[in-house]
Amino acid sequence: MATTLTSPTPARGAAGNAPTAGRQRRRSGGSASGSLLTILTWLLALVFFAPVLWMVSTSFKQENAAASTPPTFFFEPTFEQYAAVLAQNAGPYFANSLIATGVSTLLVIVLAVPASYALSIRPVKKTSDVLFFFISTKMLPVVAVIMPIYVISGRLHVLDNVWTLVILYTSMNLPIAVWMMRSFFQEVPGEVLEAAQMDGAGLMKTLRSVLIPMVTPGIAATALICVIFSWNEFFFALNLTAAKAATVPVFLMGTMTSEGLFLAKLSAASVLASLPVVLAGWAAQKQLVRGLSMGAVK
Amino acid sequence: MSTDLTTGSGADRAATGAPGRDPEGPDARRAARREGWSRRLPLLPALIFTILVTQIPFAMTIWYSLRSWNLLRPDGETFVWFRNFVDIFMDSTFRGAALNSIIITLGCVFAALILGTLFAILLDREFLGRGVVRTLLITPFLIMPAATSMLWSVSLLNPSFGLLNWVIGLFGAGPIDFTSQMPLFSVIMALVWQWTPFMMLLILAGLQAQPKDVLEAAALDGAGWGKTFLFVTLPQLRRYIELSVLLGAIYVVNTFDQIYLMTAGGPGTASANLPFYIYQRAFLGFDVGQAAAMGVVTVIATIIIATFALRLIFRSFDTKD
Repeated sequence: MATTLTSPTPARGAAGNAPTAGRQRRRSGGSASGSLLTILTWLLALVFFAPVLWMVSTSFKQENAAASTPPTFFFEPTFEQYAAVLAQNAGPYFANSLIATGVSTLLVIVLAVPASYALSIRPVKKTSDVLFFFISTKMLPVVAVIMPIYVISGRLHVLDNVWTLVILYTSMNLPIAVWMMRSFFQEVPGEVLEAAQMDGAGLMKTLRSVLIPMVTPGIAATALICVIFSWNEFFFALNLTAAKAATVPVFLMGTMTSEGLFLAKLSAASVLASLPVVLAGWAAQKQLVRGLSMGAVK
Repeated sequence: MSTDLTTGSGADRAATGAPGRDPEGPDARRAARREGWSRRLPLLPALIFTILVTQIPFAMTIWYSLRSWNLLRPDGETFVWFRNFVDIFMDSTFRGAALNSIIITLGCVFAALILGTLFAILLDREFLGRGVVRTLLITPFLIMPAATSMLWSVSLLNPSFGLLNWVIGLFGAGPIDFTSQMPLFSVIMALVWQWTPFMMLLILAGLQAQPKDVLEAAALDGAGWGKTFLFVTLPQLRRYIELSVLLGAIYVVNTFDQIYLMTAGGPGTASANLPFYIYQRAFLGFDVGQAAAMGVVTVIATIIIATFALRLIFRSFDTKD
């Protein structure tokens, strides 16, 4: 905090003409400790990020260099491991993950947009009860419902079916999405909507031309969170899918159990499995900040 | 403030929207009812979907929990009232798993919150490469937990070639077989690594929402950094901290991937948490009744704890207005 405050001052201090020596000392002290803080921040960030770097670098190694004592830091990078992973017929797994993630996220948005509208802009009477209900379903541990879901899916003959995952991932993300989206809707100033209605725009037109553009960043943020959680989901996928509908985390687990000793190949598979979500998250990190702070940010 | 605003304007809109001025008239009542339904309608698909997909299986879990039903035993199902519950409370593995769940959740949420707050404070200032540092710091949250488990259990913690063991070797410490000697600690480490960015992002949002004039006033009053943080920033962060603890706990209680892939609950059942143990009872032991009873107990415990947390949050929502 103090640094944010003092950071504008060193620039002015550099121009000289500081009234008192005391203040000058504080300024130069501020800038010195500022750069020290910057170095510390970078160091901590690099240490924290090191496991990722290690995983990526391992994925470019030969197997004997990947599991060496002491660890190998310098090596000639090879794409061999990636080629090996891709040759393993990973395509169907990625296709299943893409369907489960994409369709469930779409479904969440389609359900959550009207719901959050009814909880913020044109609120129903028991708004906070409804919100409480939504979030309380997240407290239901998935393990507590896995048996009935397994039994129901078996009776309906939808075990090992990617659409079962679509439904489950939708219900898994919907409560959080409603909460997040509601916080974005609440930021739409009431006057804007009233003005639109004054202009004689119908409800649908108001929604389409005024509301949706204003909350699009919020929808994007919500979608990103849904994508992260459903792409990475493991428990349902492990228990409800087999050969046909298995997703990327299951593929990764398969690689782990069958070729756990092939560390470089395993790392390459991990990198490939994580890449889509990591790239999406990097690209939309501003939305991530906004999205995660649902309701709390005002 | 926001809730106040919307409910206020909602009421206004409701008032102007109702055609009949006379609240007693049947027309007005019908209009009010229609108005109520037109408000409820957009909510219904999401609400009905959520009730169907989450509450029906849970009701079935309660039903199963009262029955003796083991897929391996041929004698079929019988209604046994609360025997499953008595059995699981006699089961020391269940009690151990419950304790592990608590340790993992508390340990992970607490450590991730502290670390996340530290990172958030460091990020809440202008400096060279701030965007890059933020990108580096959020990455563990984006990486697939299955990949994280592999990365930690094999690449970092392996006793012979793990990177972390090499690092502690530099300081003269012998290699440690982390996942078998301290399985809970290993799992918590991986979890903290994954959840710290989540906490960091939430706290960062809180820091950036602080009114700058308050901070300036504090500085003018001669408050040092420590005092400003303790008496100005921390109270304002309260809501964000509560929210991150609640959300973090909700997700961490359900941890399964790391346990399954890093330690498989072992050695023995030393690192099994409730989700993992229930999974074992259900899918490896085929004891549907007991697994269901454990699920019910987990839900009750979670709801009791979380209700307290939620009440706190809702209260702070209210007092904010």
